[in-house]
Amino acid sequence: MPDPGIILAILVATLRAATPLVLAGLGELVTERSGVLNLGIEGMMLVGAAVGFMATVVTGNPALGMIAAMLAGAAMALVFGFLTLSLLANQVATGLALTIFGIGLSALLGVDYQSHPITGLATVISPHLSEASPAVQQLLLIDPLVMVAVVAPFLVHWYLTRARGGLVLRAVGESHDVAFALGYPVIRIRYFAVMFGGAMSGLAGSYLSLAYTPMWTENMVAGRGWIALALVVFSTWKPIMLALGALLFGFVTIAQFQVEALGIDIPPQLLATLPYLATIAVLVLISRDTTRTKLNAPAALGRSFHPST
Amino acid sequence: MQLKLEARPARLAAMVWLSPVVAVVLSAVAAGLLFALLGRDPLVALYTLFIAPLGTVMGLTELGLKATPLLLCAVGIAIGCRANVWNIGAEGQFTIGAICGGGVALAFGESGGALVLPLMLLAGIAGGALWAAIPAFLRTKYNAHEILTTLMLSYVAVQILGWLVHGPWQDPEGFNFPQTRQFLPHATLPLLVEGARLNIGALFALAVVPLAAVLLGRTMTGYRIRVAGLAPGAARYAGFSAAGTVWFSLLLSGGLAGLAGICEVAGPVGQLQPIISPGYGYAAIIVAFLGRLNPVGILFASLLMALIYLGGEGLQMDLQLPPAATGVIQGLLLFFLLAADVLILYRPRLVLKPGVKHA
Amino acid sequence: MTISRRTLLGSSLIAPALLRPAFAADPTKVAFVYVAPIGDAGWTFQHELGRRAMDAALGTAVKSSFVENVEEGADSERVIRQLATSGNQMIFTTSFGYMNPTLKVAQAFPKVHFAHATGYKRAANVSTYSARFYEGRYLAGVIAGRMSKSGVIGYVAAFPIPEVVQGINATLLGAQSVNPKATVKVVWTSSWFDPGKERAAADTLIAQGADFITHHTDSTAVAQAGEEKGVYTVGYNSDMSKYGPKTCLTAVTMVWDQYYINTVKAAIAGTWKSDDVWGGIGQGMVKLAKLNPAVPGNVAAEIATKTADIAAGKLHPFAGPITGQDGKIKVAAGASLADKDIAAMNWFVAGVQGKI
Repeated sequence: MPDPGIILAILVATLRAATPLVLAGLGELVTERSGVLNLGIEGMMLVGAAVGFMATVVTGNPALGMIAAMLAGAAMALVFGFLTLSLLANQVATGLALTIFGIGLSALLGVDYQSHPITGLATVISPHLSEASPAVQQLLLIDPLVMVAVVAPFLVHWYLTRARGGLVLRAVGESHDVAFALGYPVIRIRYFAVMFGGAMSGLAGSYLSLAYTPMWTENMVAGRGWIALALVVFSTWKPIMLALGALLFGFVTIAQFQVEALGIDIPPQLLATLPYLATIAVLVLISRDTTRTKLNAPAALGRSFHPST
Repeated sequence: MQLKLEARPARLAAMVWLSPVVAVVLSAVAAGLLFALLGRDPLVALYTLFIAPLGTVMGLTELGLKATPLLLCAVGIAIGCRANVWNIGAEGQFTIGAICGGGVALAFGESGGALVLPLMLLAGIAGGALWAAIPAFLRTKYNAHEILTTLMLSYVAVQILGWLVHGPWQDPEGFNFPQTRQFLPHATLPLLVEGARLNIGALFALAVVPLAAVLLGRTMTGYRIRVAGLAPGAARYAGFSAAGTVWFSLLLSGGLAGLAGICEVAGPVGQLQPIISPGYGYAAIIVAFLGRLNPVGILFASLLMALIYLGGEGLQMDLQLPPAATGVIQGLLLFFLLAADVLILYRPRLVLKPGVKHA
Repeated sequence: MTISRRTLLGSSLIAPALLRPAFAADPTKVAFVYVAPIGDAGWTFQHELGRRAMDAALGTAVKSSFVENVEEGADSERVIRQLATSGNQMIFTTSFGYMNPTLKVAQAFPKVHFAHATGYKRAANVSTYSARFYEGRYLAGVIAGRMSKSGVIGYVAAFPIPEVVQGINATLLGAQSVNPKATVKVVWTSSWFDPGKERAAADTLIAQGADFITHHTDSTAVAQAGEEKGVYTVGYNSDMSKYGPKTCLTAVTMVWDQYYINTVKAAIAGTWKSDDVWGGIGQGMVKLAKLNPAVPGNVAAEIATKTADIAAGKLHPFAGPITGQDGKIKVAAGASLADKDIAAMNWFVAGVQGKI
């Protein structure tokens, strides 16, 4: 029987590794549900991480840092939205350009902030930690953003399936022509969805720079934006599935380290492929039922909308 | 005030050529502002970025060398996109192509003579195609979306390369550093210019441009691809096999990316090592769209992209600008290019009164 | 607020130009190629500190520049060639992956001097240089052996290359020299730089009972993880005490300052010769960062003695008897491992949990 402390530790570590993926993934999910594909998550996360960190250093308040990160992510998304929604630029290429831009911009902005250690979000409750049992300590290390990541999938699920705004948003993603004919402001709704995606990416970035590894260094998101993007497809555009997918991905990553620390003889590079292979395997399992996936994929995804076309 | 786009009655031919010019001018202005902000002379910096790399034979050959993998990967990606097949894992196919072709070079060692190089190229193409066959299989058999599978398999491919060079394929005389033996001269691509690194891989890439253009424009396969992309319903109605299109476009783009991979390791890199690509497979996606998914357009786009890379290095070396500044300028240039494309189809107009409201 | 990279750069370029007397010869141009962004800590940062020290020491005689974030693939050769073409007389390439590109360019520029860090191929105009990081690791191991209650040392490592393997073995041997029951648990991140992954790896090791962790990766995430969970750590590459003020006990740091000063001086004087420098604590190329006050006085004294012994050559981290993970004797009692065997090390000492 494994030590319950270790199991708890694995669970908490999984939750923390999954948090940035859930936050950024939910944002992208809403964006895609409105029919817009934004591949710039990595760039928006980086700018969010840098700006969130800078604002925290300047104000000394991580809450303000998170707000600044969301605003910065939304501003990045606004650039994307202007290009793709108002100027009808290609969404795939614009998203990729946004990532390149974001990597550079975050590095330029943050260059003076690289040597500022800050107190991470998770340690806010630390004074009592030393007296608690190891198991309780693990539980207490869950920071507020992890809580947000636990609750948010349900909120987004509710919004998309029950709220009027969510239903309209999905209608726009299914067929912008029909939605437009019904009198919905297609472009405005998509702007909202794109900026929500940017704000969530920014928040996810600030989780990395304020809580997970409280620091700013260039390129610290290290590819998590791409994983978040993959998880949206993986989830077949369903918020709860997205959260489960992120947990699975986080768990396999942590499990890889656990297996190594136990001294099992598998080359580390091959172990490192496990999260990716596991994601593919589960996607195959879900997608085999063709009708279900087809129903969920927003039909207008990636297509520009112009009233006269 | 509101921006309104009015559809032009027809694609404006002049704008097809003018829009990139507008974009380059706009991004030059923006880049100049950024340079000034960073305390550099904007004109000197712009010269360093856009003109200086083209001033020498060495610069031109390096431009060709850098554009080759971008061009090969991007043409394949574009053909896929035309058919609505999203291969965003060219990086992985590039890597597996390099592994398979490189494996041939290592297996032959000093033997094999003139046979080795053709075999390496074939193995590279086959390897890339094989890696792309996995998403094709998963898509046609299990309906798993290729955006996810190709991307995930790219991460896997890079790890496989890492495992091989750290493990079974490690150079026995290399002090256990992660690298294979260097490829011998008969397993290296012939050079085109004495003293420079440009090799016959560039010719393969150039040859692919007209071939792809003919394939898309003049053949039945190309027609099926375009119909599958524009009107999937009509394609089914016409009896075109959707699975066939997925297989064809993924195998083709995988093969091209694999060719790019083997050309890189049998060319400038000269061995297998953990890092063989600075993200060519991903950059090629942008190149494909900048070239408007058109092989000839992609040729120009790949050269432009290569120029920005080279110019960016120059900015660091000559003006001590951080690489991050180059990234920002690259992003800006791409934004302007993409935004300017709107001029081809639409006439933008600023109207003072908001348009009709749709509640 | 620290001085920004840009200001530093500006001053290093402008100041020599202003101060240069009219009669002085043109300064010698020296260039550095870095594999990562300079940042605030890590491998590249230490080389940059060396470059700045060299600039400060040689003043107007030298004009140095650097290119950061240069990929180890085909791009590096172009950058190195461009630096040679543009009149640099001495070029330092600071990552292993630059080895073959450096040699290729050196062949085309026989009059330019090159120095490649951590490689093993040399030429008439190509030197190699590296540091015996394992000497510092051994001392860190002694601290771990004294400070760890469980005797389980966690090790977050990037890739199983000899330099990393040496560090893991030396840490364990140092720990075992004071606590024979000490073991090391190794976790591979398969990436030199991924703060999130390094963080998760450190969390995992702590959960599995490691109460002392160190790392061979490029970020400060491990020091931060230790601080948050109250677990002792030892940093690598750079002093990371500000990321772990209570728990980061020291760091094994590299100090390239003197090597760069001496090499560039020789290049200016025309006495430069291709050689292979592999310096350790004795040469000042490897140093332990200032010990944290949490290290008791007797342990600090022990470290001071052992540091002096290593510097004097009296204590060799890889002195026998050493048993390998497979139970075979790797180094006999009374012998110590030869340099060439250290350089190619690909086996673990008994007591390491983990596989290469």
